[in-house]
Amino acid sequence: MYTLPNKLKLFAIVFMVIGALGMVAGFVNAPGSQEEVKEMLAHHDDHGATADSETAQHDDEHVEHVYHQLQNRPWSAVYVAAFFFFMIALGALAFYAIQHVSQAGWSPVLFRVMEGITGYLVPGSIIMFLLLVLSAMHVNHIFHWMNAELFDPASEKYDALVANKSAWLNETSFLIRAAIYLLGWNAYRYLSRKYSLKQDEEGGMHWFKKNFKLSAGFLVFFIVTESMMSWDWIMGFDPHWFSTLFGWYVFSGMIVSAITVIAMVAVYLKSQGYLEHLNNSHIHDLAKFMFGFSIFWTYLWFSQFMLIWYANIPEEVTYFVSRIEDYNLLFFGMLVLNFVFPLLLLMNSDFKRVNWLVIGTGIVILVGHYIDVFVMVMPATVGESWFIGIPEISALLFFFGLFIYVVFSTLAKAPLLAKGSPFIEESKHFHY
Amino acid sequence: MASKVIHAIYTDDDVLMQAVKDARKAHYHIGEIYTPFPVHGLDKAMGLAPTRLAITSFIYGIIGLAVSIVMMNYIMIEDWPQDIGGKPSFSYIQNMPAFVPVMFELTVFFAAHLMVITFYMRSKLWPFKKAENPDVRTTDDHFLMEIDVENHSVEELSKFLQNTGAIEVNLIDKQE
Repeated sequence: MYTLPNKLKLFAIVFMVIGALGMVAGFVNAPGSQEEVKEMLAHHDDHGATADSETAQHDDEHVEHVYHQLQNRPWSAVYVAAFFFFMIALGALAFYAIQHVSQAGWSPVLFRVMEGITGYLVPGSIIMFLLLVLSAMHVNHIFHWMNAELFDPASEKYDALVANKSAWLNETSFLIRAAIYLLGWNAYRYLSRKYSLKQDEEGGMHWFKKNFKLSAGFLVFFIVTESMMSWDWIMGFDPHWFSTLFGWYVFSGMIVSAITVIAMVAVYLKSQGYLEHLNNSHIHDLAKFMFGFSIFWTYLWFSQFMLIWYANIPEEVTYFVSRIEDYNLLFFGMLVLNFVFPLLLLMNSDFKRVNWLVIGTGIVILVGHYIDVFVMVMPATVGESWFIGIPEISALLFFFGLFIYVVFSTLAKAPLLAKGSPFIEESKHFHY
Repeated sequence: MASKVIHAIYTDDDVLMQAVKDARKAHYHIGEIYTPFPVHGLDKAMGLAPTRLAITSFIYGIIGLAVSIVMMNYIMIEDWPQDIGGKPSFSYIQNMPAFVPVMFELTVFFAAHLMVITFYMRSKLWPFKKAENPDVRTTDDHFLMEIDVENHSVEELSKFLQNTGAIEVNLIDKQE
């Protein structure tokens, strides 16, 4: 039985407090009026501006534009961090379901670790849903399409392309869909955890079979809802743009981050003297998954990029134009973090058994996938006014603290060995 | 040079594994082991060095990648940089996404084929090679361990092998 050490608890709370303070500072520092932005910009370029009326009007538009971007910034920072940690829990849930359905013989010693990580699903879902509700209530403007003027033909902001999508892109159905995804995922997480614990108590095959069927059903539900979730929650930021493999792309980033976190938590618990049956073959298997899914992510990233780059159709290519022009270092830098690093470090079979190498590569992969989410969201909300400063880092710290707190307190709620699993003996002696 | 070896034949891979461990413990030199299928863990029990085939494959892959880059840079960028459908052939990096499929495939092609050829060369396999099979049954359901007699007593060695569960123990004069 694992107990949450006070040190770790304090560590998580410190992160949450610092993060929360920084987030508040981010919201306070966001410009409150266009005048402030004007001053800021004037401060920036006070090199001989002779204002005639035409450029003055142009400047006003520019000020308004930058003003909206800067107002979006603290919200987007929170949204990116919230989604990043939420997707880790969700990916871990999908991986967990796959382990049940494939009746994997190596992973049952890790079931409780995965269940601990999916413990973040409940608070993560609540926060995600709150953020979506706040956006739909027009508290913020990170979702451009939520501006009602775009749908009004009489308005000068009328946007026929977005208006034609109103059957999908409207606040009511957006929130209903979000509620369905979240309820479905959380229901699976609740039931499978319950069945898994019952199986420990009662043994036999009854709960195992129930969990098997439930997991198979969940995976079907998941792949449909995950795809739709990525259109709603991520692609929705760019309502003019569309890509067919986007759902898969988001999924690949999700699953590789989740497996990385599973490996890191497992290595940490092992180093603390828990998980006595975890050996370096289990770590080797997780590292292989990290390696393979990193390459899978790169494959999807490249397929999406290259097809659009090659055909260069204006309506699609703007997505990458803004990213290459304004986010060049992040957009290509994440390829190094998410592909080159894991490719070279995790190719060697011996390296995959070295704990510190797995942790080190894991950190690189997680940073890379945070940047991935950042580059998916930010160009549409803050555009060229982006910066990784106090709002972004604070939001990341806050959700990191929350994640650590929730995950490790969930781990402390049940014994760390799922002893009822019919594959547990095989898993204890797993050796590769 | 003629040398004497002993062929001990087994019918079970578990018995064979145990015999290998015993023989190594008794410091007999195992020359060769013939099995009809891969016996998991046999190489470890025999104390064979791990293969370096994967390392050669990695190197071949890098060579393949280099070949593809040099080839396409020469053809598409340096030799005749035509405008083909508006693709930017001013520098390699500008047109790189279009070359990636070729770069990938050549990397895999070199890594795979050269590694296979390396394997054939290292294990001395080719179409008209004379099969080195000491006993035809070893390709079907028997396992054969060949131990060098050296200066051990043949009688003692035979007895030892009988005790490890061998169904047959034969003394062979090897002509080389």
